[in-house]
Amino acid sequence: MSAPAPTVASLARGLAEGQFSSVELTRAYLERIAAAQPSLNAFITVTGEAALKAAAEADAARAAGRAGRLTGVPIAHKDIFCTEGVLTTCGSKMLGNFVSPYDATIVSGLRAAGTVMLGKLNMDEFAMGSSNETSYFGPVRNPWDTQMVPGGSSGGSAASVAARIVPAATATDTGGSIRQPAALCGVTGIKPTYGRCSRYGMIAFASSLDQAGLITVSAEDAALLLGPMSGFDPRDSTSVDSPVPDYTATLGDSLQGLTIGLVREFFDKGLDAACEQRIRDAIAVYEKLGAKVREVSCPNLPLSVPTYYVVAPAECSSNLARFDGVRFGHRCDSPKNLLDLYCRSRGEGFGAEVKRRIMTGTYVLSAGYYDAYYLKAQRVRQLISADFARAFKECDLLVGPTTPTPAFRIGAKCDDPITMYLNDIYTIGANLAGLPGMSIPCGFVDGLPIGLQIVGPHFSEARMLNVAHRYQQETDWHLKTPSAFA
Amino acid sequence: MIPGPAKAGFRRFCRASYRPPNMSLTRADIENIARLARLELTETEIPVYVDSLSKIFAFVGELDRAPTAGTDPMAHPMPGLAQRLRVDEVTEANRRETYQHNAPKVEAGLYLVPKVIE
Repeated sequence: MSAPAPTVASLARGLAEGQFSSVELTRAYLERIAAAQPSLNAFITVTGEAALKAAAEADAARAAGRAGRLTGVPIAHKDIFCTEGVLTTCGSKMLGNFVSPYDATIVSGLRAAGTVMLGKLNMDEFAMGSSNETSYFGPVRNPWDTQMVPGGSSGGSAASVAARIVPAATATDTGGSIRQPAALCGVTGIKPTYGRCSRYGMIAFASSLDQAGLITVSAEDAALLLGPMSGFDPRDSTSVDSPVPDYTATLGDSLQGLTIGLVREFFDKGLDAACEQRIRDAIAVYEKLGAKVREVSCPNLPLSVPTYYVVAPAECSSNLARFDGVRFGHRCDSPKNLLDLYCRSRGEGFGAEVKRRIMTGTYVLSAGYYDAYYLKAQRVRQLISADFARAFKECDLLVGPTTPTPAFRIGAKCDDPITMYLNDIYTIGANLAGLPGMSIPCGFVDGLPIGLQIVGPHFSEARMLNVAHRYQQETDWHLKTPSAFA
Repeated sequence: MIPGPAKAGFRRFCRASYRPPNMSLTRADIENIARLARLELTETEIPVYVDSLSKIFAFVGELDRAPTAGTDPMAHPMPGLAQRLRVDEVTEANRRETYQHNAPKVEAGLYLVPKVIE
């Protein structure tokens, strides 16, 4: 198996037609992973033996006539998802020795659908970062240029799909952590509606924003995998009980009569001119496909980054209070007393960016500051959410850039947190409003990929995937493979 | 009970150190925040956080300009939905031994910490 850009759809077909077995396929991917690890650092844990065993079981199930659409297709999980009996680090020294006692619901759902887990993917520590440079296990590198960041926090997921060392990967998105790395690595990313996919077993960062999703080669692949990840889970109190359609059934629907909104605030002075041209070119493709385009305005959207940097740290400071050096995770040597145990275990176990966000959150939630920061931010969040609701009265979906620029150099933005935070300026709004969002490849600037962002109303995943798929039938940006990994 | 500052002292700290957004934080502020967050910082870390948290609070100070009069704080990202509650019933089996495999120090089924009561 040497074809460089196979999709989940094509691999599933190959398995069904007996062109190769799951064991052969899995072995081929494990070889590609091992070969790419020194240059990309995309994996934290490779579960080769378990993968080959699961692949053999998948082949046996197929031989017994019990194969589903995804039986035997290898995938990898972001290391934020708990996987029973397997190291689950969340990119942190704090969980450097944590072996999960159970599976996340989406992990068991994708296993039940027949997928084979290849391993656990590198990520920014506790999903806090936009460049994958905050990982305790070292930065992931962008396969298009290994001097560049892959984006974050799902940098391992995006880089590994881009380098075709995994066919597809799970990921999570709190402020853009699926869409931004997907854009910077030239792959397809989907962040579903808040509550669409269970978060049971997904290590919490900011609970009113976090959502599980996927990074894939194509929208069709995302449609195939999203079903088994979706649906009501009584173990997640934020899971929404809403029917799960067959996302593949409507991929080919016509776009005649679709109204696409261009958010004026997404085309601001921060947007690189060459990137803007690629976005305009993509919009022209949609006009050719019969969509109408109109400009809409979300006047409060420019406040989404400061809003996020109050809400997300506040929630993170509460969520990460559980890491106390007592029940699991890192514990300091010879603590003098309980307070010393807490403070040193946490001081040593967390990296610089995680500590920065915990302290930011602690401050905004402390007495005297709560109204000025936290309540104020939650009010602005309401305004941003209302802006989107108004926009969706005038159009079906919003499109625009995913990021203001292509990938930047490793180390370029490490010293200034604000510059780093502004990478997510176009993606954070969807999280604040709980909306689904996608990023799909739409061209290159100076040899680096650019992403087109699609944002829809709540639970419009099927329509978004349809809109992304129709674009991918007209273009082949999503099939481009970095030459070093072809 | 977590050892730490007495409640009255904590309130005094919050009142005394209150200042409107946009102002720079001091070394003492960072030390207090770190203590509340149960984070030990090294000498080299403190000035880094004085600088970066000051920048972050200056940046989020932009929110002051937002016209939020008469707008309720958003309590849930999905309009019209509230946090779902469940019946208070035992649904999980006892898996203490499995869970304690990840604990740094256990004995006889108990999690060990330094002596709390002298």
